Amino acid sequence: MGLPNPAIKKGINTLIKFSNVTHFYNDGQENKITSLSEINFEIQKGDFIAIIGANGSGKSTLAKHINGLLLPSQGDVFVENYNTKDPENIWEIRKKIGMVFQNPDNQLVATTVEDDIAFGLENIGMEEEEMKERVDWALNIVDLNELRNSEPHLLSGGQKQKVVIAGALAMHTSYLVLDEPTSMLDPKGRKEVLEITKRLNQEEKITIIYITQFMSEAAEFNKIILLDKGKIILSDYPKAIFKKVDLLIKLSLEIPQITKLARQLSENGLNIPTNILKEEEMMEYLCLYI
Amino acid sequence: MKFSRNITIGQYIYQNSLIHKLDPRVKILTTILVIISLFLIKSWFGFSIIALYLFINIFLSKVHPKFVLKGIKPLIIIIIITLIIHFFTTPGEVIYHIWILNITKEGIQRGLFIAVRLFLLIVATSWLTLTTSPIALTDGIERLLSVLKFIKVPAHEIAMMMTIALRFIPTLMEETEKIIKAQMARGADFESGNLIKRIQNFLPIIIPLFINAFHRADELAIAMEARCYRGGEGRTHYRKLMISIADQIFFITTLFVILIAYLVVL
Ligand SMILES: Nc1ncnc2c1ncn2[C@@H]1O[C@H](COP(=O)(O)OP(=O)(O)O)[C@@H](O)[C@H]1O
Ligand SMILES: [Mg+2]
Repeated sequence: MGLPNPAIKKGINTLIKFSNVTHFYNDGQENKITSLSEINFEIQKGDFIAIIGANGSGKSTLAKHINGLLLPSQGDVFVENYNTKDPENIWEIRKKIGMVFQNPDNQLVATTVEDDIAFGLENIGMEEEEMKERVDWALNIVDLNELRNSEPHLLSGGQKQKVVIAGALAMHTSYLVLDEPTSMLDPKGRKEVLEITKRLNQEEKITIIYITQFMSEAAEFNKIILLDKGKIILSDYPKAIFKKVDLLIKLSLEIPQITKLARQLSENGLNIPTNILKEEEMMEYLCLYI
Repeated sequence: MKFSRNITIGQYIYQNSLIHKLDPRVKILTTILVIISLFLIKSWFGFSIIALYLFINIFLSKVHPKFVLKGIKPLIIIIIITLIIHFFTTPGEVIYHIWILNITKEGIQRGLFIAVRLFLLIVATSWLTLTTSPIALTDGIERLLSVLKFIKVPAHEIAMMMTIALRFIPTLMEETEKIIKAQMARGADFESGNLIKRIQNFLPIIIPLFINAFHRADELAIAMEARCYRGGEGRTHYRKLMISIADQIFFITTLFVILIAYLVVL
């Protein structure tokens, strides 16, 4: 599909590393808040990771550390060996990391879809011809070519988020950080955004860090990081995470319907694992009883 | 209380015409020149030349004249008031006398002259906004203003402000509608009471709207920073502007027409 993403071709070992990161809001004031405390983790090239946690657990704060929108109060964040604290690196880092935020209305800058996708490219001073190519390429990937001249406020929430994603793609981003991108969307929009995220990981080899409150979404990822009160308390495969249903409930996280059902059946004496995440899986176990 | 769905900003009407293809800078400049000339011209002959010129421009742009008339409608009251004031306040040969007021011959001439001037001003600016998309207009303004960089005119900032305003006005209008509906559902009444009461009733709409707008601005600034925005320095433009032969011909013709309208006194 058009131009390949050159960031992949270079074959650099893409990597993000949080090393003992602690972050305070209002440092030195009375209302000081510890929003992240001693966070350590690494993200490898091609990872497909979900970050979950209750409201106020520090997910957005963590996301903003990845591209230097916030800097650690203690510790360091490295993006491919660039330290986010070094002001010289910040634009290089932001070029590599695409960000999608929660509210689709507050991220689009320009008055048409294609102008918005070009916004980041204009900012880095790209030549006009290359810009045109990149915008066309990004529009194709998110399948919004017909809407290229539309005004943002006429799009659905899901389409707006796709425009934001396309804006990041046009920058040839190697990482995409999505901070609750679907929480303000209808079910259709949610599905579309999740689908496209998957496709970008598989086809364009973009590393995905996906923050969500929906456990049903998190279940689709290869790895889940669970945050609570600014700390990473679990970091594991979905199957392992969903075994700890009690913990998730305690943290007031919403459990997928199918997992709830499995748990209830198991409590009622059926021999069924409690961490079932997919309907097909449930079918298989239930078939054993017929 | 109802806002039209699918609000579009400005009055741009897309047509595949010669005029639409002109460079926005040329169109902005010619419009400014026409406006200036309307203030300098002293003769009816001059006005008729400019009127003819505008008529041909609108014809070439394939935009239906009814859209131009629509732009005049809200200002018709102002034109009429100007007309009346001049009728009565200009000293000269009295041709009609009502109560203590005198209508003078000079008053009628002067009133009509100013009314026609206003009318042509509106037509000239409507022509510009009807045939130039808001994006082209902002791009054009940015690039024209950047000529004035040496006197510290913040061209990029002005253009960015216009873009963001254009982008967010529909969003804020939708939001206003939502808040109004929510307040009405709680029994708020916007239609009765005296003026002060009514203004008070609007506070519950304006305050949330402001708070949300600041919140939006905050988030937008973060999103822009995440996308490598750092002001106008070193920034390029997605839409390339180019002065073509057609632009040059159009500009020279306009200059020529204005000169004739100004200099020839019949
Ligand atoms: N700009 C800010 N100023 C002060 N405190 C903040 C700010 N943003 C977030 N916080 C606080 O930091 C903590 C983590 O917030 P956040 O990262 O937004 O969590 P999440 O995204 O998981 O809901 C919360 O206690 C929140 O109240
Ligand atoms: Mg958050």
